[in-house]
Amino acid sequence: MRGLWKLIVVELKLYLREPAATFFTIIFAPMLLLLFGTIYGNKPNPFFGGRGMVDVSVPSYIALIIISVGFMGIPVATAANREAGVLRRFRMTPLRPAAYIVSNIASYYVMTAAGVVALVVVGKAVYGMKFEGNILSVWAGFTLGSLAFFALGYLVAGVASTARIAQAVGMIAAFPMMFLSGSAIPLEVLPQSVRNVSRFLPLTHVVTLMRGLWAGEGWLKHQTEVAVLGGVLVVGIILSARFFRWE
Amino acid sequence: MTAITIDQLHKSYGDLHAVDGVTFEVCPGEIFGMVGPNGAGKTTTIECLEGLRRPDGGRLSVLGLDPQRQGYELRERIGVQLQESSLPDRLKVREVMGLFAAFYRRSADSTALLDQLGLAEKSGAAFGQLSGGQKQRLFIALALINDPEIVFLDELTTGLDPQARRAMWELVKGVRERGKTIFLTTHYMEEAEHLCDRVAIIDHGKVVALDTPRNLVASLDAENRIVFSLEAPVDDAPFRAIQGVTRVEQSGGRIIIFGRGDGLLVRVVMALDSAKIRFRDLRTEQPSLEDVFLALTGKEMRD
Repeated sequence: MRGLWKLIVVELKLYLREPAATFFTIIFAPMLLLLFGTIYGNKPNPFFGGRGMVDVSVPSYIALIIISVGFMGIPVATAANREAGVLRRFRMTPLRPAAYIVSNIASYYVMTAAGVVALVVVGKAVYGMKFEGNILSVWAGFTLGSLAFFALGYLVAGVASTARIAQAVGMIAAFPMMFLSGSAIPLEVLPQSVRNVSRFLPLTHVVTLMRGLWAGEGWLKHQTEVAVLGGVLVVGIILSARFFRWE
Repeated sequence: MTAITIDQLHKSYGDLHAVDGVTFEVCPGEIFGMVGPNGAGKTTTIECLEGLRRPDGGRLSVLGLDPQRQGYELRERIGVQLQESSLPDRLKVREVMGLFAAFYRRSADSTALLDQLGLAEKSGAAFGQLSGGQKQRLFIALALINDPEIVFLDELTTGLDPQARRAMWELVKGVRERGKTIFLTTHYMEEAEHLCDRVAIIDHGKVVALDTPRNLVASLDAENRIVFSLEAPVDDAPFRAIQGVTRVEQSGGRIIIFGRGDGLLVRVVMALDSAKIRFRDLRTEQPSLEDVFLALTGKEMRD
């Protein structure tokens, strides 16, 4: 695994040098929180089980960050690197393919986590956001959700023939999911007919899991979410490995 | 021991036999060139040697290693410049060197490399800001970063202007002087003639000739040509009588005298002078690898 650390550091630097990627990962969700926080405040609301708008939005927005990295960041960057011949150049070194993939995933994971930290800091500092869960549990849930969606992102990159197609596929999949899964708009606000559809979107399960763990619910109450996301992760890994191409 | 051995290499893409029984050996310390038109099978051959492609048949050995089964070990010891590759646009030259150096057990001094390749003052520039020639030089620096035993250069100077191309040739010669074996492909015959110790001419996936550029040209036993322009047409007959002249062509005020042997030029110029014939733009043309290719394949080698 020679060069692995160096590669992770370089990947992180490159990520921070892409204004669009940095914006959607680190700035977008806190900005949204400030926007809706200003409009609705964070007063306890029986509609959200006695929690405020911000208390509910923060765990939901985590899903928003996850999908923007998984469906908009990873597919485009991976396909573009393949298209330009960057992956080819790496392949001509003794670097193991596994090391390349691991460093890639690690840098996305760190950036996604940084986005979550920024979101939590804004929620806490500006709105005194409530957190009733266990940090380790939330972290584990976040990790499961992130990795499942990263796997789908690599699958999109592998299936799409070009970066442009990867971008289109990622966006077409991401935008409806953002609005129908309860990540951008709380599920409680959506009509029952929409919520019936939402159940079939993997991102809904990230939202439900994160909100539940955030509120201090146990894992036993979320077996469905864990099963769905675990399934997505396993199938995603198998398929993305199957479709991954160096050139 | 040979640096590279290729024995009966075969590789097809569907019905196309890209490489059809290529066989040769490369000695340590030489600049070996594979020349031929685009699509002749050069890149496929070099990519099989680098372990990037799996041959359909034949035996390959690079530094005694099998590129397919011992690819990682091989890549520690070779340097590669690919015909089509790239780096992230926002990665800086200095970072590129540091990153790639970290992939190898052994690494050369990257500051010195950038210096030698004329990239020292670009070390803080992003890859995307470099010109074509600078990118190409950076790729050569990357090919040398592990202090390799063999350097593979695939179409090194394609897309460069003539001046940059000549500068690149000097670089390659410099690399060889440091004791490296160089395996290159090119579709510029002039490049092969200038740079290579030995040349394999490849066409339709087959090696059609292999020797030093000098021997290949000599084997043609081709005529030298003396070309000049006239202000008015003259009779060919006196030229034909000159010793060594084989034939004379005259058209539109332009004469080409074909012939062999030393002193041909002197005799022709003296004949012109004594006959008081006024001529312009006199030059001589020696047969080149270009002519060798034409003679062997029956077609012009153009890009």
